[in-house]
Amino acid sequence: MSALSDEEPPGGVFVHPDPGKAGDTQVVAQLENVSRVYSMGAEDVHALDDLSFSFGSGEYWAVMGSSGSGKSTLLNILGCIDRPTAGEYRVRGQAVSDLDDDQLSEMRGKELGFIFQSYNLIPQLNVLENILMPVLYQENPEEGIEERGKLLAERVGLGDRLMHRPTELSGGQQQRVAIARSLINDPALILADEATGNLDSKTAEEILKLFDELHAEGKTILIVTHEPKVGERADRILRLKDGAIEAVEDNRR
Amino acid sequence: MRAVRLGVSSLLLHKLRSFLTTLGVLFGVSSVIAMLAIAEGASVEAQEQIRQLGSSNVILRSVKPPEDKVSNQESRVLSYGLTHEDHARVAETYPGVKDVVAILEVPEEVRSGSFSCRPRVMCVDPSYREVTGRIMMEGRFLSARDGQATASVCVLGYEVARYLFPFKAAIGERIKIGAEYFQIVGVMYPRVPIGSIKRDPGTEVGGEVFVPLRTGQSLFGERQVKIRSGGMDAQEVQLHEIIIAVELDQNVPMIANASRLMLTQSHREKDYEVIVPLELLLRAEETKRIFSIVLASIAGISLLVGGIGIMNVMLATVTERTREIGIRRALGAKRHHIVTQFLVETVVLSGCGGVAGVVLGLIIPQIVEAAGDMRTIVTIEAPVLAFGISVATGVIFGLYPAWRAATMDPVEALRHE
Ligand SMILES: Nc1ncnc2c1ncn2[C@@H]1O[C@H](COP(=O)(O)OP(=O)(O)OP(=O)(O)O)[C@@H](O)[C@H]1O
Ligand SMILES: [Mg+2]
Repeated sequence: MSALSDEEPPGGVFVHPDPGKAGDTQVVAQLENVSRVYSMGAEDVHALDDLSFSFGSGEYWAVMGSSGSGKSTLLNILGCIDRPTAGEYRVRGQAVSDLDDDQLSEMRGKELGFIFQSYNLIPQLNVLENILMPVLYQENPEEGIEERGKLLAERVGLGDRLMHRPTELSGGQQQRVAIARSLINDPALILADEATGNLDSKTAEEILKLFDELHAEGKTILIVTHEPKVGERADRILRLKDGAIEAVEDNRR
Repeated sequence: MRAVRLGVSSLLLHKLRSFLTTLGVLFGVSSVIAMLAIAEGASVEAQEQIRQLGSSNVILRSVKPPEDKVSNQESRVLSYGLTHEDHARVAETYPGVKDVVAILEVPEEVRSGSFSCRPRVMCVDPSYREVTGRIMMEGRFLSARDGQATASVCVLGYEVARYLFPFKAAIGERIKIGAEYFQIVGVMYPRVPIGSIKRDPGTEVGGEVFVPLRTGQSLFGERQVKIRSGGMDAQEVQLHEIIIAVELDQNVPMIANASRLMLTQSHREKDYEVIVPLELLLRAEETKRIFSIVLASIAGISLLVGGIGIMNVMLATVTERTREIGIRRALGAKRHHIVTQFLVETVVLSGCGGVAGVVLGLIIPQIVEAAGDMRTIVTIEAPVLAFGISVATGVIFGLYPAWRAATMDPVEALRHE
């Protein structure tokens, strides 16, 4: 509705993109000729090579490719913890290269939810504190955010473990805490790098079910994986080879 | 508040290391406070002793010349020291002098009934009390009339009065000094105890007895005979001490120099000394100043060591927790959040060390005072200063590690194992 009005979009650094540009879905993340080059002495490694692509709102993507094809590099750039060496990356229309360090941090906290292969929970904080950690760095956390944290813990099946430390949890449980943490600020894009890589197939299945549910709720999800079985769970697959797009597949048919 | 809790919780994760770091600060702070307390106590004590002599006074004192010069003298009676002539010259010719008090000490025994003791028996001018600023406990001091009438009256110091009259008031009683009877007209407060006076009532009683100068001169003469084992020791001293009370403090050095000059001219040997409390006071203050500088340097070094300890620990912590920093940054932490977190940790570390150090620093002087018979004074500045410096050290030495943590590249930090 707001897209139809002629008024200026609401203030803030995050300007919504022109709706016409991405067809019928809103573009969440847009890459324009993005390159990421590592200078290794005399030689340059092109981890990403002139890559252009758009991820639409509500889509569920799997990024696949052989080892060293640039999957993690892509995800880090999408997650704003790394910057492209060339090209432009936009999150909901906002060019990342225009942001300073603080604004970038704000972007990570508000718009992006990161899930790591090795969970990356803070060992001295309990489950609830870990889930609420990204809230710590928000300027004006919404009211009742603690309740929301508890609900998320229940949602991932850890409602009775709120006071436990990460070391007292299994790998699957830790990853579920990490997922709840990535959801706490209701991000526009959820990024998972080999989220099931450390887990057995049964536990991995639980995590994938969670992703399915999140997708059904309309969240935009992007997972990086090696395993074809995991890749098949996503709606679409983006195949990378040597830092460039090899193929784009649609699993839904 | 959250940041503080977080900092504390991560410190608790490394209890031993945090404890050892805190220990460094603790000893730095407590030793600074204790040293300052001892120095201040010693200096105040020294100044008090000097003030008792009267800071606007110049004191001339007879001193027995060295033995080897004495031995070849013919007469059996050794004669030395200040003379009536010296006294007259000072009293009559010096300008700007308020008062001149002459003192003759006689080595007589003091007795009352079966009690006897050997205090300093001092024959003094009546203005002695005023010039030295001593305070009466009971009765009065010697008066000008006593002096002129060569009255047989005396004033006892508190210690003597208590020893001779343990059960009744001393005033009005008669005592025997040597072979003469004297009536007690007053009791005087003792001097503020110098260090700790070891009193041993049976043999020697400290303290003083005062009689009018002219009375003393006429009754006891100027020849002092001390009976010792194996013979007699006779000496002749006309006056033991002359106290010159100067009207204006600024004239004290002038009077002191004039006295020195006068005495060098009129005495063949150096059988006198000139004591100028004001000079001593200035010297004591200078000593204290140097002492303070030395102490401050020691304190500074120990706190610096403590600070480097903190920095070392924090740098290790930053390296160890690089991954945590990466996680926090990836989840939206800004640089200042990370800086704050690490600063809170160092400030908590050094603050705890500081508080514990202040407590210990307040206890040590008490122990020193009780065990070492030393006076200590803890000024308010010392703990405040020591605590302030310890926290400042924490902040300054914690800043670099915190800054390093915050400027780390998030991807690099996350990759760290
Ligand atoms: N910090 C770095 N310094 C130099 N080269 C790097 C760095 N990180 C990645 N690369 C290179 O960039 C390329 C892509 O790496 P990336 O980690 O994105 O691969 P990946 O697809 O995630 O592989 P994997 O499936 O093994 O995780 C590789 O050739 C790698 O050697
Ligand atoms: Mg990878």
